[in-house]
Amino acid sequence: MSQPPRPMRITLCPGGPMLIRGAAVVEAEDGTLHETTRPVSAVCRCGATSRAPWCDGTHQLLAGKART
Amino acid sequence: MRLPSPRGPLGERVLTVLRGEVREVGDPGAAVIEVPDQRACDDDALTLWVLHELHYRGFEDVSEEWEWAPALMGVRWLLEHELEERLRVRYADARVPVADEVTRSLATLTATHEGPSLARHLQRNASREQALALLRQRSLYHLKEGDPTSWVIPRLTTRPKAALLEVQFDEYGDGDPARLHHEMFARGLETSGLCSAYGHYVDEALVPVLEQNNAVSMFGLHRRLRGAALGHLAAFESTSAVPSRQLAQGLTRLGFPPEMIAYYDEHVEADAVHEQVVVRDVCGALVQEEPGQHEEVVFGAWTCLDLEARTATAMLARWDAA
Ligand code: FES
Repeated sequence: MSQPPRPMRITLCPGGPMLIRGAAVVEAEDGTLHETTRPVSAVCRCGATSRAPWCDGTHQLLAGKART
Repeated sequence: MRLPSPRGPLGERVLTVLRGEVREVGDPGAAVIEVPDQRACDDDALTLWVLHELHYRGFEDVSEEWEWAPALMGVRWLLEHELEERLRVRYADARVPVADEVTRSLATLTATHEGPSLARHLQRNASREQALALLRQRSLYHLKEGDPTSWVIPRLTTRPKAALLEVQFDEYGDGDPARLHHEMFARGLETSGLCSAYGHYVDEALVPVLEQNNAVSMFGLHRRLRGAALGHLAAFESTSAVPSRQLAQGLTRLGFPPEMIAYYDEHVEADAVHEQVVVRDVCGALVQEEPGQHEEVVFGAWTCLDLEARTATAMLARWDAA
């Protein structure tokens, strides 16, 4: 018996990326398509990553700047 | 791996015993290890590292029977007890703030902890020899990356366990041996002209490097320290993505082979994910289910950052680059 597919869970992390669990194709701002390659992927939400559309941790540095 | 060279009288005694045969307790030939009163910290650190390694891959020149031999348990207990004491005293002295939510405690800690950065030095200034020396120091941990944390799995309740496995599965390559992180590091070492044999460079390991390895093994091997183990992992993952990018840039600048760069490249995206999952879903869930573990998580996280800062200080001083 096949089960109806479960809706994908997407998690918004405060001050950080959006987590996607499972396979997905992300369309970047420039229209290019990027397939996920790992079970959980982090999509950049701060706009400062060097590996768009994926988060590369740079949001931490932005948070640091905002504090000082 | 073969036994390393001892660094003092305690190491000499323990290694001599390990080269012999295991005897039953009460057997007149059974080993008794007397611990000298005056000991140096590198003797202790190396000896404890050897005792812990019996639980991982062991040594070619040591019988597998030794792993749980009663003759060793007393020494291991004492060395672990003293290490934990030392770490707890340092932690208490640092007066690390604890927030009402563990996710906030961890975010504040990783954002405000100060220490010299080896990754930044490598990115901009390090020579090729310095980069190789750093890779040799890192090899002690990176060749068993993920393993110490795996000891913790059976000690957890459902939610933190499921979340931890999500991270560990990725550490172990998502089912693809070629993407297993310690295998990627091994390939990076080989293509860089270094030896990828497990534990090969232990004889040159600095004390804080041995202590970092010992702390993470001790946290993993004691159920009592499960919170510290997960806190350590949280700090490790939260301070990995940006430095990994700097290391990848530094290694590219120095002309290292793509396999070595790929290891750090992989950690940029992987650890950006792991950070979120470990902090929120692993540590957050652990503390919701076991509120008493909050401070333990912070202790483990602070220990990770402190020992990394000590490692960086020692390496940079050696290179006169502080
Ligand atoms: S959200 Fe992480 S780099 Fe933008």
